[in-house]
Amino acid sequence: MYTFRPILRRMVLKMPLTTIGIVGLSMILFVVFMAVFADFLAPYDPTKSVGLSLQPPSPEHLFGTNKIGQDMWSRTVYGARTMLIVVALSTILSMIIGVPLGLISGYVGGLLDRISTTIMDSIYAFPSLILAIAIAAALGPGIINTAISIAVVYIPTYFRMVRAQTLNVKNQLYVEAAVAIGAKPSSILSRYIFPNVISVVTAVFTLSVADIVLTEAALSFFGLSVPAPTPDWGFDLRAGQPYLVSGYWWLVTFPGLMIIMLAVGFTFLGESVSEYLGLREVGI
Amino acid sequence: MTSLKVFIIARAIALIPTILILVTLVFFIMRVLPGDPVIAIVGMKAPMERVVELKKELGLIDENGNEIPLIVQYVNYLMKLVQGDLGRSLIWGKRPVVVEIMEHLPATIELAIAGFLVSLLIGMTLGTIGAGIGGKVNSAVRVYSAVAYALFIPWIGMMLQLVFSVGLKIFPVGGRIGVGLEPPTYTGLYILDSLISGKIDSFISSLKHITLPAVTLGLVISGVFSRVTRVSVEEILKQDFVVAARARGLPEYRIMLHVLKNSFIPILTMMGLQLALLMTGAVLTETTFSWPGMGTFLLERIQYRDYTTVQGTVIFFAIIVSVMNLIVDVCYAYIDPRIRY
Repeated sequence: MYTFRPILRRMVLKMPLTTIGIVGLSMILFVVFMAVFADFLAPYDPTKSVGLSLQPPSPEHLFGTNKIGQDMWSRTVYGARTMLIVVALSTILSMIIGVPLGLISGYVGGLLDRISTTIMDSIYAFPSLILAIAIAAALGPGIINTAISIAVVYIPTYFRMVRAQTLNVKNQLYVEAAVAIGAKPSSILSRYIFPNVISVVTAVFTLSVADIVLTEAALSFFGLSVPAPTPDWGFDLRAGQPYLVSGYWWLVTFPGLMIIMLAVGFTFLGESVSEYLGLREVGI
Repeated sequence: MTSLKVFIIARAIALIPTILILVTLVFFIMRVLPGDPVIAIVGMKAPMERVVELKKELGLIDENGNEIPLIVQYVNYLMKLVQGDLGRSLIWGKRPVVVEIMEHLPATIELAIAGFLVSLLIGMTLGTIGAGIGGKVNSAVRVYSAVAYALFIPWIGMMLQLVFSVGLKIFPVGGRIGVGLEPPTYTGLYILDSLISGKIDSFISSLKHITLPAVTLGLVISGVFSRVTRVSVEEILKQDFVVAARARGLPEYRIMLHVLKNSFIPILTMMGLQLALLMTGAVLTETTFSWPGMGTFLLERIQYRDYTTVQGTVIFFAIIVSVMNLIVDVCYAYIDPRIRY
């Protein structure tokens, strides 16, 4: 792992801090802060009824209460945790499968490459949310299941970018030199090619996280994500919708704002990272 | 044979593996994953006859009650699919899935077209303004593009509902048309149908109903178009013919028209790429506004555990998106003869 450190260090330290990047990063950090210190920030248990039904925002209940008297502020704070866990899990899952598959497919080539590319392209061309809905509906609710449903959809994104970059790198002179001195394919992949795809993986990561946030929110809005009492923004949005017509605005406003803040934060960060890496206009 | 025909045929053949892979994926996701769909549908305490009956309907066992191997089930499903048969719904009169899909498809198409038009209008206007004026305005449009893309459709929809339906009471909260105002069916698109049949009431009602959903969907997708338009117009503005036009003293709006015409190809490309996003957006918009289209239908059937319908609908989505992508590709090949295999 020693060889990768300079690349990562360069990326982190030399990153120019554009205004948009700083704004994005602060939005993300705000949500992370909420998730980490949820136990201190939330005055009530988010899964229990702690007040009167449908109370407007007040000093006791900052964001009001919902139909069954749960404190919306506590639910919003703990909701950050649910969201970030799902986002992290699904990102890791799609990376673990997409990156090595892209490396091997690009390096080995031939029939294996053709098959995996066709499969990945088919999934990639399909509307991501609908595929995620189908998988989530088949798997049933739960944090892990939601993460799997989302991960499947984003594997091709990593696969395609990593494969393309591998194809670029594999014809470089230093790779040829490594082959000539008899390096094993596994060490060529891990020590010569992999370090060169890290920047691509970073770019794909920053550009796809916002999408993952929105997909999680959509799945839970459809009731396909976490089961009922778990605090979750998309779920609360759906639960609050029937009361909208009667003017109970606080039930939907705050969870929705949180979803958008996190998604916008990641989009801003993604903009500035991909601009720095010279990979603008990828995907979105 | 012309090269365009060759291109179309080659592209159509390439569609087959794509659709096959998606069908396979969806089929096995619905069958192999943990959980017994039969038990999920009828419940743990259901009588044995009901379970057996349902298993037959699902094609899990044959007439004599013997289990059909998964691979045979898969082949059977494919054979039926080729004939345009997606099976029958498990609930409410057990109607063919294809018929039910066809009932909901026009609503989605209508919403998608309306949303698309709104997004083009907003996106191209903002993009042109940004690139044309430059400076702070341009940066603002850039930020707009990023923010619009990350807006969560149900939330935007609900905020519009709060302001325009609950507060100002201008537009209805949801639905597709007022009660009893459905126009006779010609195209299935209410706005067109009511115009064709000359029903002004229906026309106004359907227009009122589609406004908020279309604006919601349009806003979110407009970010993509404002971005491409901005970048494309910026590029074209640097070209020599613009300088020449200025030198000849052409008024600025005339120059802008020339620029827009020239910057249209990247915008056109982007339109084709947005089909999948449009579908995803439509599903979310529909559920927010109880718009009776494919998305609402799909989610409703998921709740009823109507597995054949869910599977059929998802596969149908896969097929229409692939076919639409094919059409877009053929259009490009027609416009730009350099695009060939």
